[in-house]
Amino acid sequence: MESNVIANAEAAVQTHHHEPQSFWTKYVFSQDHKVIAMQYMITALIMGFIGMVMSWIFRIQLAWPDHNLPFMRFLMPTNMESGTLQTPGYYMLVTMHGTIMVFFLLTAILTGGFGNFLIPLQVGARDMAFPFLNMLSYWFYFLSCVVITVSLFVSTGAASAGWTSYPPLSALAKATPGSGLGQDLWLVAIALFIVASTMGSLNYVTTALNMRTKGMTLMRMPLTVWGIIVAAVLGLFAFPALFAGAVLLLLDRHLGTSFFLPHLVLGGEHIVRDGGSPLLWQHLFWFLGHPEVYILILPAMGITSEILSNGARKPIFGYKVMVGSLVAIAFMSFIVWGHHMFVSGMNPWLGFAFVITTLIIAVPSAIKTFNWLGTLWKGNIRFTTPMLYAIGFISTFVTGGLTGIFLGNSALDIPLHDTYFVVAHFHVVMGLSSVFGIFGGIYYWFPKMTGKMMSERWGKVHFWLTFIGSYGVFWTMHYLGFMGMPRRYFSYESYQFLPPSMHTLQIIITISALIVGAAQLIFVVNFLYSWLRGPKAPDNPWQATSLEWQAPTPPPHGNWVGQLPEVHRWPYDYSVPGASVDFVPQTVPLEVEPSGEHHRTAVAVNGHTNGHSNGHHA
Amino acid sequence: MKLSSRQAFWYAAFLLVFTAIAAYTVANKTWWFPPLASVQGGEIDNLFMITLVITGIVFIAVHVVLAYFVWRYRGRPGGKAAYVTHNTPFEITAAATVAVALVILVGGGTTLWTKIQSPPPADAFTVEVWAEQFRWTFHYPGADGRMGNVDVRFISDDNPYGLDPNDPYAKDDIFATEMHVPYGKPIAVILRSKDVLHSFFLPNFRMKMDVVPGMKTRMWFTPTQAGVFEIPCAELCGVGHYIMRGVLTVESPEQFNDWISQQTPVGMSQ
Repeated sequence: MESNVIANAEAAVQTHHHEPQSFWTKYVFSQDHKVIAMQYMITALIMGFIGMVMSWIFRIQLAWPDHNLPFMRFLMPTNMESGTLQTPGYYMLVTMHGTIMVFFLLTAILTGGFGNFLIPLQVGARDMAFPFLNMLSYWFYFLSCVVITVSLFVSTGAASAGWTSYPPLSALAKATPGSGLGQDLWLVAIALFIVASTMGSLNYVTTALNMRTKGMTLMRMPLTVWGIIVAAVLGLFAFPALFAGAVLLLLDRHLGTSFFLPHLVLGGEHIVRDGGSPLLWQHLFWFLGHPEVYILILPAMGITSEILSNGARKPIFGYKVMVGSLVAIAFMSFIVWGHHMFVSGMNPWLGFAFVITTLIIAVPSAIKTFNWLGTLWKGNIRFTTPMLYAIGFISTFVTGGLTGIFLGNSALDIPLHDTYFVVAHFHVVMGLSSVFGIFGGIYYWFPKMTGKMMSERWGKVHFWLTFIGSYGVFWTMHYLGFMGMPRRYFSYESYQFLPPSMHTLQIIITISALIVGAAQLIFVVNFLYSWLRGPKAPDNPWQATSLEWQAPTPPPHGNWVGQLPEVHRWPYDYSVPGASVDFVPQTVPLEVEPSGEHHRTAVAVNGHTNGHSNGHHA
Repeated sequence: MKLSSRQAFWYAAFLLVFTAIAAYTVANKTWWFPPLASVQGGEIDNLFMITLVITGIVFIAVHVVLAYFVWRYRGRPGGKAAYVTHNTPFEITAAATVAVALVILVGGGTTLWTKIQSPPPADAFTVEVWAEQFRWTFHYPGADGRMGNVDVRFISDDNPYGLDPNDPYAKDDIFATEMHVPYGKPIAVILRSKDVLHSFFLPNFRMKMDVVPGMKTRMWFTPTQAGVFEIPCAELCGVGHYIMRGVLTVESPEQFNDWISQQTPVGMSQ
């Protein structure tokens, strides 16, 4: 069976995989997963940079209300004409910051970027199962980025109903300035993005299930592949709900339907609709929205697991449990969405059930944390830049996960909901943690992607400023949440229940955010300079075991020269007793070096012969 | 490997310093909740403190262990990692411990949630609320003591609050721009929106409920003190979201009666 698949894949290589020769087919309309990965990654990083600059502008408003930044007139002529941010501009910025960061940066880079680069290389395939679909996925993503960017420049302004785009605010042009053409473009961009994501996800799952090389059983796949394909499955099941929601909202906006709109009176004018409910949108949105945060975190968990094992020179602790808990989290993520709606007017008894499912999901999450600590335990830790980020991930995931226990418990959610406590929670657990996974992953795989090494020295500077600065931003925000400061406030000066000390906190947050922002400039320079001028990377700079490190650097079209590699062991044979080095690549036969895979541990430790493998060749 | 030691030292030091600052500022309540003013808020605060202690222990423990591992197992020249792949009894114990802590929190949480979401006591004093961009209006019964029906469909220039023209109880109803309630009774609130989503937030009472067009939503709470409190809107409702500020005055029944008697019933002007 397995060999048939490989034979087919090899046949495919011979008939279809002629290396493209022209500039256009090689670098622009490429069907090579590695080129598409770079396209996704660079586009997503540019979008992320735009999203970050937006956060600087509204953070400055929050720390120093009515500041004057004359140069901003050129960047935002309509909303900062005097150099001071106007209210509609503020709401557009917070909306677009959230949208861009969640979809166009994090989702795109983790699945489109890392998924594309790593899946074929780590399972031993020459490319994705459907290279043309893969190319199409990128170009739909590119198109969605163009649409969302263009929406910033329409005369009525970009969408400003929040990244959740709750109707009626997002359904009626009169409700808020951004609810004109900007909101239409927002919905179209999201729909295009979902099309792109679906084409990508089909590829990731199909490739990992059908195109693994000889010996690469499912339980020999690195946790990165597991994290990405489980996230892809989540996307395939969850994104259609938002796609449907986007289409229905467009109908409500333009064709007078009443999916999300009851009869209402806006600005003294009757909007005659009947029977719709704004809660329906919230259900559709969060049916995607909650799995979505796991679409971001599961690949980051996979990347972190991979780096921690490599950096500690130890097998990942509890590999099977790690796979199991990924799958458990993914399954549970479909039945917790209502915890975003405890005080939405949804039937409170429904909230009861969502409390229970939400806190159950904490169990597999906690197990993963223990296993990461277990991986470091008795290790021989190398403090490379990727490893700094992977260790940071453990800290941010725990910090953000624990605050989720407050919000997931409906009674505690009542005072905390829609305050800065929520903003702090999701930024730490799903923003910072996935960003740490992404940075760790970029530093780790950059040598394989580009054939060059990044500067470790500047990587460490980047890490420390980012790590300390991010906690400066997001830990501090929890205090604003305690005080009861509602999120999405343009200014807060007329409220007496907020103590004056909150102003100090706002300034600390903004200064920290600007420091983190400056640190990202270091990253950009390091990335570009290293790509152009960095020292040449060896094939396996981190002395890693997984398959991609056995490919040439950077891997050629088709990934491997000659035959596809054959896999003889799991990807975590670090520091195996009796082995001649502290890492044994997956391609090394068991006759040459011992393995600690699964139940062979005891055999290896006791020093008996283990040349006899456990029958997977049959 | 010298660099390894330096990174390990600073990493461990940062984790410990961060944990210490975080734990101190939270335990010291340096930046904390606004003063408490309701019975239900007190129960929420208690559950919050229990959750804080449990999660706080985990937060500190994980960070201390992480800092220790980072320093203790830093790479050394010629160092070798131990070979450990898994430990099933450890996994089971850890998962069970987490599960027990979560059962305690879920138990406390759902019990309290049930209590807060139950119908208000029969003696509760009811206020109805209209939310719209960007203000709150508070609806009281008139001299007949009965609240008239309202519906968004009835709203017109002459009937800005949508009173039902066929409802005899609606003739003398009172609409005020500030919320006043008598001290000593549970307060029930019925929330309606004319236009978009809003959220009725009472930071001092630890209460919040979204206001949804097309629906009636509810909350109730028991004030523990008289005073003047603020009602910020907590659901993005447009450009004026941040200035949608209401005021709630909890006062003695006598003061409340004085206040309500000074309000002009809307029905009289019709």
